[in-house]
Formats: sequence, structure tokens, C-alpha cells
Amino acid sequence: MSIEIRSAPHIKGARTVEIIMRHVVWSLMPVCAFYIFQYGLSALASLVVVTGSCLATERYFVRQGGQSGDISDFSAVITGILLALSIPPGFPLWMGAVAGGVAIALGKALFGGIGYNVFNPALVGRAFVQAAFPTAIATYTPSFMPGRFYEFIPSSMALPLMQPESITEWLTLKHFDALAGATPLAKWKFDGVLANADELLTSLSGHMAVGPSPLLILICGIYLASRRFMDWRIPLAILGSAGLTAWLLFALNPDRFPNPFFMLFSGGLILGAMYMATDMATSPVTPKGMWVYGALIGLLTVIIRYYSGLPEGVMYAILLGNAATPLIEKITQPTPFGKSVLAAFGRQRKGASYPLHPGYISREDAGAVTPRKRILFDKPKKPRQES
Amino acid sequence: MNVEALAPQTTPTVAMIRTLGLLSAICGLIIVASYQGTYAAVQENKRIAIERAVFKVIPTAKSIEEYLASPEGGVTKVGAGGTASPGAVKFYAGYDATGKLAGIAAEGVAKGYADNVRILFAYDPVAGTVASFSVVASRETPGIGDKILVNKDFLANFPLEAKLSADLKTLAHEIRTVKHGSKVNPWEVDAISGATITSRAVGKAINDAAQVLLPRISPQLDKLKEKS
Amino acid sequence: MSQSPPRTWDEFMEGIWRQNPVFVMVLGMCPTLAVTVSGVNALSMGVATTFVLVFSCGLISLLRKLIPKEVRIATYIVIIATFVTVVDYVIQAVSLALYDALGAFIQLIVVNCIILGRAEAHASKTPPGVAMINALGMGVGFTIGLLALGTVREIFGAGTLFGVALFGESFQPWVVMVLPPGGFFVLGSWLLFFAALERRKQRKLAEATQNA
Repeated sequence: MSIEIRSAPHIKGARTVEIIMRHVVWSLMPVCAFYIFQYGLSALASLVVVTGSCLATERYFVRQGGQSGDISDFSAVITGILLALSIPPGFPLWMGAVAGGVAIALGKALFGGIGYNVFNPALVGRAFVQAAFPTAIATYTPSFMPGRFYEFIPSSMALPLMQPESITEWLTLKHFDALAGATPLAKWKFDGVLANADELLTSLSGHMAVGPSPLLILICGIYLASRRFMDWRIPLAILGSAGLTAWLLFALNPDRFPNPFFMLFSGGLILGAMYMATDMATSPVTPKGMWVYGALIGLLTVIIRYYSGLPEGVMYAILLGNAATPLIEKITQPTPFGKSVLAAFGRQRKGASYPLHPGYISREDAGAVTPRKRILFDKPKKPRQES
Repeated sequence: MNVEALAPQTTPTVAMIRTLGLLSAICGLIIVASYQGTYAAVQENKRIAIERAVFKVIPTAKSIEEYLASPEGGVTKVGAGGTASPGAVKFYAGYDATGKLAGIAAEGVAKGYADNVRILFAYDPVAGTVASFSVVASRETPGIGDKILVNKDFLANFPLEAKLSADLKTLAHEIRTVKHGSKVNPWEVDAISGATITSRAVGKAINDAAQVLLPRISPQLDKLKEKS
Repeated sequence: MSQSPPRTWDEFMEGIWRQNPVFVMVLGMCPTLAVTVSGVNALSMGVATTFVLVFSCGLISLLRKLIPKEVRIATYIVIIATFVTVVDYVIQAVSLALYDALGAFIQLIVVNCIILGRAEAHASKTPPGVAMINALGMGVGFTIGLLALGTVREIFGAGTLFGVALFGESFQPWVVMVLPPGGFFVLGSWLLFFAALERRKQRKLAEATQNA
């Protein structure tokens, strides 16, 4: 008989990293499908190439050894899909491949693989191409173009290392004016044109140059959160704080600032809040920390969008939030049982005990009634003396 | 005992001063010698650089003169003796092959996307327009901000009207950068879509410099007409 | 057995490989990251630093017996600043465009720790000939380091190498490479490359000793 010696925890949940990741991928499928329906062949190629590049890089580094994780844990697939959804559909494919490679190599492999990364790999890849190819990443194309299922957007097929063709001529050929390629955010920022929030939400009306549909992402995200594959606090905190900040500014000066709904549904805020900021390795684990983290990202997003030279700020806001995560976790450590804030002022209590998180207990035990934690008085009241 | 052991190791003050003095003398000599040796070449280089920049914005110019425009309205030639008053603005008069005034070039500065954008613009005193401009120094994003030099729509802004108002104190119309496609007046600058901030910096740099310079030099134009 | 030739060669090679200022000692990072946007900039910065390094180390070594140790740092700085001023004038005389491209980093050679470090650690203890050869090696090593960064950044950032276009008209420049982050990326990649080389060497060495 062999005895295995292991350290705690000895009781594990049935959920593995792979299962969670696979569910995230499934939930992204409707978003991808609609994205391809919107932009056609180029969007499909972009998704395939970027994800392929991520997987190839992941495989290379896993084979090199010294990495945690495996190509089969689906995390590289998520990175690839999110990256492809956050770049313009007509982004040259070779640049997409560069973005995917950088995302995994610089964003993940250098830190030691899945779970060790400090920044969301997809956003690292996007930040790199944003800095490297600022023109290409700002070149969007209108959605629902005629003939999108038979031909590529011309900029997609740029030769490696070469500049993409200008899409202006192609747009004129299709009877669009040159401005049709600007995103609603860029139009608002540079030309003061405001799009309707409901149009943005479904992105069904007209030939808007938007990314994936926010409504669909919202629905898929809510599904994930309801299955507890993702913590609902983070997206709620991000959207809440961004909406609140935008609403405050809008109330102060409605002429200068757009309405909060435009802020929420434009650009990549919904995608970022639902799928990128909630990356488990790069967001806080403490419930209080999640609120702080989300609020920080929402606030930064609005500030960057309003006051910087860039039209979009979700990416930098989330990266900054990722960077602040260890700090946030440190200041939001839950108070151990018996060590409340009040106790710090009063006498020191000894012998604190830590309540087990329901997630760590087996299913049977998790169903058991746990005593409610009192907010102010953690010491059980003395039974009233009846006699 | 300790004191005695340490004593020979400390250097006397006189020796320190002597060594440092000697060293400073040597170093001073080297510096002065190299300054003298390179002075002519450096000045020549600077002149060529200015000439090249001015010739680029005033293509018909064959020679240039450097002037200062003082706040009182006087125009003095640099290097011709006169003392420059504080607040004087430097500008260059470009002359064509026959010695006639071909244009006036001056520098303008405005805050761009990354840092100050310094430009040199050519003013055509006959037509009352800003004929063209070039960038002296900028740290704008390559590929976006540097479009101001190549974008055809943006370059079509020039010549840009810069006429003085009736009282000769300010420009008749402030030079303004407007968003892409909404230019209606000849004194407006049509911004590049996507490089609005840099476009705005160019407009502001020209406006700020012209507002100061043009009222000062327009009464003195006769003095500048012929190459002196 | 003549000790002199190998010794001199060693002194020269020390700065180029074993103690390379950029890749091994990681000194003088400020100019390394800031001016290496093109091969020409890197080369001229390297040459300017080498000039200052060789002459100030030579002079310091010449005066090493004369310099009181209490004021040695001040003395070194005066000597280094002198040669930096000379370089400053010479570059202005040669090309103003180059002078503008290098900007304040010429004057900042004064505080480049490679030079003060060499003066303190080497030139103040050795005769002028050896000190100058060692300084030359260091300078060449620094130049090689700068060129390694400068050429990579120029190829990606502008599609050219020393101003010669490599990929034709429609090359897409990687803007990030000529921005400060590009400097860090390329430097990091080179350090990674050398670390990998070192590790491989050690593994081979370990295998060899095991076999023996």
C-alpha cells in the first residue's frame, strides 16, 4: 500500500481550469458567429489566423518546457478569440499573427504560463500592435458590406511586413464615403457626431463600423456569470462606475460630454468588462477587491476616452487595473473571523479561525447551513439568562 | 599611534589645489582649442541648416537675411550693429536671384500630441498669405502626426489667408483649424481626420506667430523689399 | 614566455565580450535605450563615447600618481567633461542633423557610468597604454551593443539599414520600435538571447564533465 503525502487542500471542486476555459469558449461562439455574419470572410480569417498564431506560440513555449499549462487547456484559444474580436475586422492578417504571437510570448510565456501572467495576454498583444501599427488598428470598415461573404476587405490581405492597401478607394467603389470607416467613438471624439445608444447596442442598423455586438456579448456574459464561470461583480463594477462617471459628467455639461449609454455601449467596453477584465489570473480574488478593481477600470476608461488623445481607453484601463491587482488584493484582504475592524480598536482577540469558503468544500458539505456572518458584532451574543 | 599612521596618507591642501589647478588649466586649454578649431565649421553648418530650411518653404529664394522685429515696430538686421530689444521676434527674409523679396519665413510653436511642434512657415507679403510650412522639430507619432507633411488635403490648405485687420494690430481673421471637411473660409485650416491634434497645432503655431509678427513687419515692408 | 601580447589582447577583449558594458554589465542604459533608433545614431553615439572613454582614461592614467585620492572623483569628472565638450563641438562641426538626433545624450556622456566606472576601477591603477587599450575595448563593446539595438530597431521601425531601404516602398514600419518601449523590447530580447547562449554553454560544460 502506498501512502501519498500531500499538502492541503485535500478536497477539490469538480471544476478544472480546462472546464472553465471550455465554457468561456462556448459562450464566445455566438459572438464570433454574429461577428462573422457582420463582416464576412475577413472576420473569419482574422479569427482563425489570430487564434492559430496564439496556439502555435503556446505550443512552442510549452514544448520548450518551464511553462505551466498546456495547449489543451483552451486558454490560448480564448486569448486568440478575444484578441481577434478586439482588433478591426479588416486588420491585416500578418499583423494579426504578430499580435497573437506577442500576446502569448510577451503576455504569458515570459511570466511562466497560465496563472502566472500579470496582464491579460490578449490585451498585451493588442497594446503591442496598437503601438506598432497605429494606423491599421484605427482603420475600421462598415459592417454588413454587400458581398462580404465572397471577398476579403482589401487591407486584410496585405503581404507580410508590407503596408495594407488603403481602403478609401474600396469604400468609394462600394458607394460609401471615406468617413464610414470611423468607429462611433472616433466620430464622436474627432467630429462630434454622436450615435444612438440603441443602435450601438444591437449594431444591426446601417453600416456602422463597430466591433462585435455589445448586446450579444452581454447576453453571453450573463450566461457565464449565472453558471458561476465568471464573477458577476467585476463587470457590474466596471459598467456601473463607467456609467456613473459618464452620467455625472453628462449631467454637469450635456453639450460637451455624450450621454452615459453611448459611453457604455460604444467601443470595446462591454467586451472588456465581460471577458477581458474577468480573466481569473489577472483580477483580484477578494470580493471587495473585485469592486475596487472594477470601479478603477470603469473610471479610467471614461477619463481616457474624454481627456486623452485616444478615442478608446478600455484596453489601457484594464491593463492598469491588472497592474494594480496585487495591491488591491493586499488592501482588501477579508477580515479573518474574530478580527473585525472594531476589534483593532478594542482589545486584541486571540485565536482567530478562518471560515471555509463554500467553494472549497465538497458538494454535500456545501449544502450544509453555514452560520451567517454578522457585520458588526462577530462575537456571538450571550444567551439571555432566562432564569 | 593611529594618528601618526594616518598622517602621511592625507594630502596637504596646497597639493590638492595645485593638482586641481593644473588639471583645470589643461582641460581649459583643450576646450578652448577645440572650440576655436571647430567654430568656423559649426557656424557654417548652422547657416546652411537655416538656409536649407528657409529655401524649402520659399522655393524661389536664393539668399536670405536674418532680421529681428521688435515690439515697438522696428525691424533690424541681425549682425548689423543695432541692439535687439527684449521680446524681439526673429524672422528671415528670402530674396530671389535678382535681389527682390521672395517671402518671409518665421518660426511658430504650438503644443501637439506628444510635445511642442515647431514649424517654419513662409509668408507671402504681396498676396497676404501663408504660402507653405515645414516642420523644424516634432515628436508626433510617426505614421499619424507626420501626415501633416504628406497629406494632400492638408497641404491644399496653403496658401492660407493671413491678412491684417484695418487697424493693422491683429489679423483680420484668426487662423483656425476646423474639423476635416468643414473648411469654408480661406483662413481656416482643414484638419486631417485622425491627426486632428497635430493639425490643430500647425494652425495654432501659424496663428500665434503671425498675430505677433505681421503687425510689426507690415509697416516696414518697404525696408525689406530689396536686398540690402 | 612573453606575457605581453596575450595580456594586451585580453585587456582589449574584456570590454567586447566578457565584460560587455551593454549586455553583461548593463551599464549606460540611458543612451542605450534612447538614441538607438537607427544604426547611424547608434554608431555615432558609440564612437563619441569611445573617444571620450579612451582619452579620459588615458589622461587619468597619466595623472594617476598626481591625483590626490580625496578629490579624485571631482578630477575624473572634470577630465571626462572636457572630452565630452570636445566631442560636442566636433559633432556640431561634422553634422548638425546628427547633433539634433543625438540631442542631450552627447552632453549626458559625462554621467555615463561606463566611463566613470572604467576611470575608477581600471585607469587609476594601470599605466596609460594598458588603460587606453582596455578603454578602447570597452568603447568598441559599447558600440557593438548600441549597434545590436540600433540595427534591429531601424530594420523594424523604418525598414532600412543605415539608411538603405531593405523592403521597398510599401514596407509597414513598426512604429513601436522607434518609440521608447521598442528599446526595452529589443534590449530584453538580446539579453534573453545571451542568457540562452550562456545556459547552453553551461549545459554542454556539465555534460562534458559528466562524461569525463
